[in-house]
Amino acid sequence: MPREGILIDTPCERMTGEQIKKIHTASLEILVDPGLICFNQKAAEIFAAAGAGVMSVESGDHPTWIIKIPEKLVLDALDSAPKTVKLGARNPDNTLVMHGDEPRVYFVTGSETNIWLDVDFHTYTKKSDPATEIQVPEFIPRRGTVADLCKSAHVCEHLETLDAYIRTVNIQDGDITEDNKDVNKFFASLNNTTKHVMAGLTSLSQLDNVVNMAKLIAGGEEQLRENPIISFITCLVKSPLQFVDDTTETFIEICKRGLPVVVSSSPQAGTTAPIKEAGIIAQINAEVLAGITLGQLVNRGTPVIYGSVPVRARMDTLGDSYGSVETSQYNIDCVQLARYYRIPNYSTSGVCDAKIPGQQSSIERLFSDILVTLGGPQFLHCAYGLLDCNSVFSLLQAVLDDAHFQMIKFFLRQPRIDESEITDTLKQIRTVVQTPQKLYIKYIRKVMRTGELSPPYPFEGDGETDSVFVLAYEKMNELLAKPVEHIDQATTSRIFREIPGLLPRLNVYEEGRQQ
Amino acid sequence: MSENIIALLKENVIQGRMTRDDEGIDEALTGPGVLELTQAALDNNIPADEIITNGITAGMEIVGEKFNAKEYYIPDMLASAEAVSAAMDILKPHLEASNIETKGTFAIVTVRGDIHDIGKNIVAILLKGSGYEVTDLGIDVPTEKIVEYVRKNKPDYLGLSALLTTTMLVMGDIIEALKAAGLRDKAKVLVGGAAVSEEYAREIGADAYCVDGFDAVRVLDSFQKAKS
Repeated sequence: MPREGILIDTPCERMTGEQIKKIHTASLEILVDPGLICFNQKAAEIFAAAGAGVMSVESGDHPTWIIKIPEKLVLDALDSAPKTVKLGARNPDNTLVMHGDEPRVYFVTGSETNIWLDVDFHTYTKKSDPATEIQVPEFIPRRGTVADLCKSAHVCEHLETLDAYIRTVNIQDGDITEDNKDVNKFFASLNNTTKHVMAGLTSLSQLDNVVNMAKLIAGGEEQLRENPIISFITCLVKSPLQFVDDTTETFIEICKRGLPVVVSSSPQAGTTAPIKEAGIIAQINAEVLAGITLGQLVNRGTPVIYGSVPVRARMDTLGDSYGSVETSQYNIDCVQLARYYRIPNYSTSGVCDAKIPGQQSSIERLFSDILVTLGGPQFLHCAYGLLDCNSVFSLLQAVLDDAHFQMIKFFLRQPRIDESEITDTLKQIRTVVQTPQKLYIKYIRKVMRTGELSPPYPFEGDGETDSVFVLAYEKMNELLAKPVEHIDQATTSRIFREIPGLLPRLNVYEEGRQQ
Repeated sequence: MSENIIALLKENVIQGRMTRDDEGIDEALTGPGVLELTQAALDNNIPADEIITNGITAGMEIVGEKFNAKEYYIPDMLASAEAVSAAMDILKPHLEASNIETKGTFAIVTVRGDIHDIGKNIVAILLKGSGYEVTDLGIDVPTEKIVEYVRKNKPDYLGLSALLTTTMLVMGDIIEALKAAGLRDKAKVLVGGAAVSEEYAREIGADAYCVDGFDAVRVLDSFQKAKS
């Protein structure tokens, strides 16, 4: 049985059907005029062979083409792209089945940050009343390591609301190189969670090593096709409208292997996309459609996911403002477009501008988490633990986010209003109004014990004390102390024998290992 | 037979089943509830004090233990207290006939201008469930009527409830009116309600402030203990 996710009965939609069609038409026009600049030769050849307009242009040292993608190619690609994408998992109960026309939301971590945020608590004494003490967290940033990635996957395995895992932190250990980063990143993640693992690829040279590792874990090539325990994110189109050379090459190779891949685009309204909603949405849609078209030309029927990470620019620095209200608007628009094409959507929420956990981070992330969830994307990479846009990961924040998603999931439960409920309720009302106290309290008891009542906020302190961070930290350590189901010993040995570049300290069956 | 009825009564108090139609925590428990079992006990000539001591009080003691152990929540405690409260109504004439005394007499009222009664009702249930004889004077009750009640009935305790910042001021008026009528020492006055505080209780000269129904039971029990 796949994971249930949460089905949104009536998704929140911003655009009318007519507006969606206008954006769709505008995107198709963009794909022809101005078309896309392409820095990848293979892509240019594939488009040319399929009948797209391809023109070589002079652009410095790098070979460059202008690609004009006719409507027919795009519509053919939208037709052949699978409308249901399955993301497998080491534990089959953690499989995700995403239907492009069904607003069933799965919550996922991501993206990859360079900084890992440690937390330490200090006790402060009130000067005027030394008996009064409070604990205040100190957040300490440092470069992420493979051990951090293991820890993060471990905790995420136990976060109830989390459906799949996108690697959260860039591993920057001294012995990690461009050539061994991918295998270690995927192994550290896969070995510490039984949920689906998605990541980007640092080096195309490592693609087959990563895929072979996944085959060993899944039990073979056919088993991996049936149960794709890994998938990839690619940002092959850089905004505005440019096929990047190396990522496009990687995307083509992933599509050839038939593994699920996200075609992700991340334009910034105001700098790399128009500032107005219609403009950024028409452009991001054109960029994603261009990627989907290329993927289907490479391997018709290969599973692709419509990836949207639109963001508005900050007006003070022109950096990303994920906390802006417009960012949520853009994301919901993209969810609607993906649903219009019936292709599963990878959407974004929860990324905040705040640099450390606190009130700003809670407000920014909850705002977009609630709204974008209501939009009904199938794969919501909702930034568990992410801070300072995309640059910092805090495990403590990830634990706090899990509590937010428990509330959101509870809210989205289907209402239970049927004949038997109405009959019971009428009986209850008639009984209670005849009693002297006229209180329904005794009827709470059964409901309370069947889990029909939402639990209190799990990090509520006593009295007026704000103990949120302290209690979340305790919870984080509790989760870290819980065991995870690692890859079995025989498979681990085979992986370490056959896949080059793995750090020996990641082998949990080796004596004296250090993660 | 008698032992069986008392044991069942105790179990139903623990389960908070007032009547046979109520569900307890253990859904498998069906049959008569506290009301029917209390009546059955009387019909079988079981003395009222035995019904109270071995059935009701014994059951409530376990409810209290479960509540302290966080196994029971407030709604569980209230369900049991409400069942006991209803049983006490049946037992009242028998207690009087047998000269069995309650823990004390308590009158509770929501003051003039205020129609809120959830808190008042919960306090009444809990106190009654704890063995006090409770009279509920109702909501939006004029001060003169309260004074008159105290004059006539001389309750051990008078509980004043108000939810609003405007109506809590009436509590002070009631205390002044009791003083003016020479009745202030006839009943200890307890105040409570969302707008009320410990500080306000002191300011108007109340004998105690109760934060909730459980606190009211604790406060009254401590007054009772001081008396004895």
